[in-house]
Amino acid sequence: MSASGRSATSQALAGAARPERSLLAINLVGLGTIAHKEVRRVLRIWVQTIIPPAITMTLYFIIFGSLIGRRIGEMDGVPYTTFIAPGLIMMAVIQNSFGNVVSSFFSSKLQQHLEEMLVAPLSVFTIVIGFVIGGVSRGLLVAALVTVVAMFFTDLRLEYPLVTFSVIVLVAMVFSLAGLLNAIFARNFDDISIIPTFVLAPLTYLGGVFFSISLLTPFWQNVALANPILYMVNAFRYGMLGASDIPLGIAFSIIVGAFLALFGLALVLLHRGTGIRS
Amino acid sequence: MDALVLEGLTKVYGNSVTALKGIDLTVAEGDFCALLGPNGAGKTTAIGIVTSLVNKTSGKVAVFGHDLDREREAAKACIGVVPQEVNLNMFEKCFNTLVNQAGYYGVPARLARRRAEKYLRLLHLWDKRDEISRKLSGGMKRRLMIARALVHEPRLLILDEPTAGVDIEIRRSIWDLMREINGSGVTIILTTHYLEEAEHLCRNIAIIDEGTIIENDSMTNVIRKLQREAFVLSLQERINEAPMLDGYTVRLRNDREIEVEVAKGQGLNRLFDELSARSLEVSSMRTKTNRLEELFMRLVENKQMTPQ
Repeated sequence: MSASGRSATSQALAGAARPERSLLAINLVGLGTIAHKEVRRVLRIWVQTIIPPAITMTLYFIIFGSLIGRRIGEMDGVPYTTFIAPGLIMMAVIQNSFGNVVSSFFSSKLQQHLEEMLVAPLSVFTIVIGFVIGGVSRGLLVAALVTVVAMFFTDLRLEYPLVTFSVIVLVAMVFSLAGLLNAIFARNFDDISIIPTFVLAPLTYLGGVFFSISLLTPFWQNVALANPILYMVNAFRYGMLGASDIPLGIAFSIIVGAFLALFGLALVLLHRGTGIRS
Repeated sequence: MDALVLEGLTKVYGNSVTALKGIDLTVAEGDFCALLGPNGAGKTTAIGIVTSLVNKTSGKVAVFGHDLDREREAAKACIGVVPQEVNLNMFEKCFNTLVNQAGYYGVPARLARRRAEKYLRLLHLWDKRDEISRKLSGGMKRRLMIARALVHEPRLLILDEPTAGVDIEIRRSIWDLMREINGSGVTIILTTHYLEEAEHLCRNIAIIDEGTIIENDSMTNVIRKLQREAFVLSLQERINEAPMLDGYTVRLRNDREIEVEVAKGQGLNRLFDELSARSLEVSSMRTKTNRLEELFMRLVENKQMTPQ
């Protein structure tokens, strides 16, 4: 360093102030920072995060809605395209909330820059919520886009806005947490593709997105009731269309229960340092 | 107040490797302390525990009086760390890397941006503020990590081998900067396996080897100790107290053995003359094993093998 550089160094360091901040203030600013960083990441790589799900859902609407749907006619008293719209929006939310957090947290872990947060005086609560905000933001952004696409194919209704909004936000939170848990345990890229491929995709497709469970035999109806995504799709469909295979109270209980269980588990694992500390 | 206190710190990894065997260490506020040891000695594990990146097996850690078990967040708020491995977000701009890090320590956004500018300028990276860190050279990445560790203005700065793998010019500039930072009142702990680095920068030194601290003293004393060697002399007659020999430090080991410290290069003939004059017959003599010296030899060999 040059002599002038050293002089500047001395002056700059001499002015260093170290005000004490409360842990609450630190965590509030920290939460804002993580959330801002995560949302910025979603927007920065919009070609990977926003556009592909919009294209996929457009294809679903064209194939299952316009082409095949015309031959199916009505389901649960509404045109088939209208029937599948809430399910497709919910499917986009599930996939994107999960995918956002699993890839963001895992790449932070892999590149080791997660350590930036781990050495800071942030509570694990703040870190979890920060990543969840990122996942929910992407889920809702994609949901908004899919809703716009859906409006080109069918007349969407909004029977119960509060139910619709609360379900979509809760489901986005649940799957953001699920993505976080997947990333905590993941050791390589294979580990972050196993759950979406072998668990999420089958449960989503069999979760009442494309059909009403009243079409199933009693035995398969009972099997379908073990699928938590069925409750989420139906609660959301109830909010939009006013029709559901499942009582709303049960659906809400299951969604809130899943949120609390996954949130608690994420806090415990991060506190212990599972998957992130040796 | 002590900046850092370690008491009986132990770490046993899952594969049963014991990295730390109950180390004790105290670093005073304002100190510039070296934690010196060969690769695999336990330096990074100790730093990892202090910075909450490694779970300890047992023992206590306190940072400026904040117990890491009971007041973890308060302890962490005092520390800035520069890790050994580059752990930057490769796709984040340099400016944002610093603003984010300040945010994680609760520095409000406007102040964080001012600090980011201040420390990027200080580390001569201001013209790289809009570059993503992946595009920086190795030396620039090191400087960015130092700026990142400083952006919340910590009271204790821990640098884990900050000059590993950087060229001599950058190493010298980092040394200058560290001296300036320490001069501003920040306590610094530096882990290194470069003797020259510790000798140039640090006032105190702790030498760690195989998970144990084998020396913890001022740099001056450690260098003085290294410039002496000790011999154990077995005597034919029993004695009750160590003889006073001019120019030599003598210690009684037992009633038939004395330990004599001799400055390197000092002859031994006069020693035997002095002993003969006191009618003390030496039956055998051996060099006392000096673990510190052995370690230094290993470190020096290591240094010679490391390309400069």
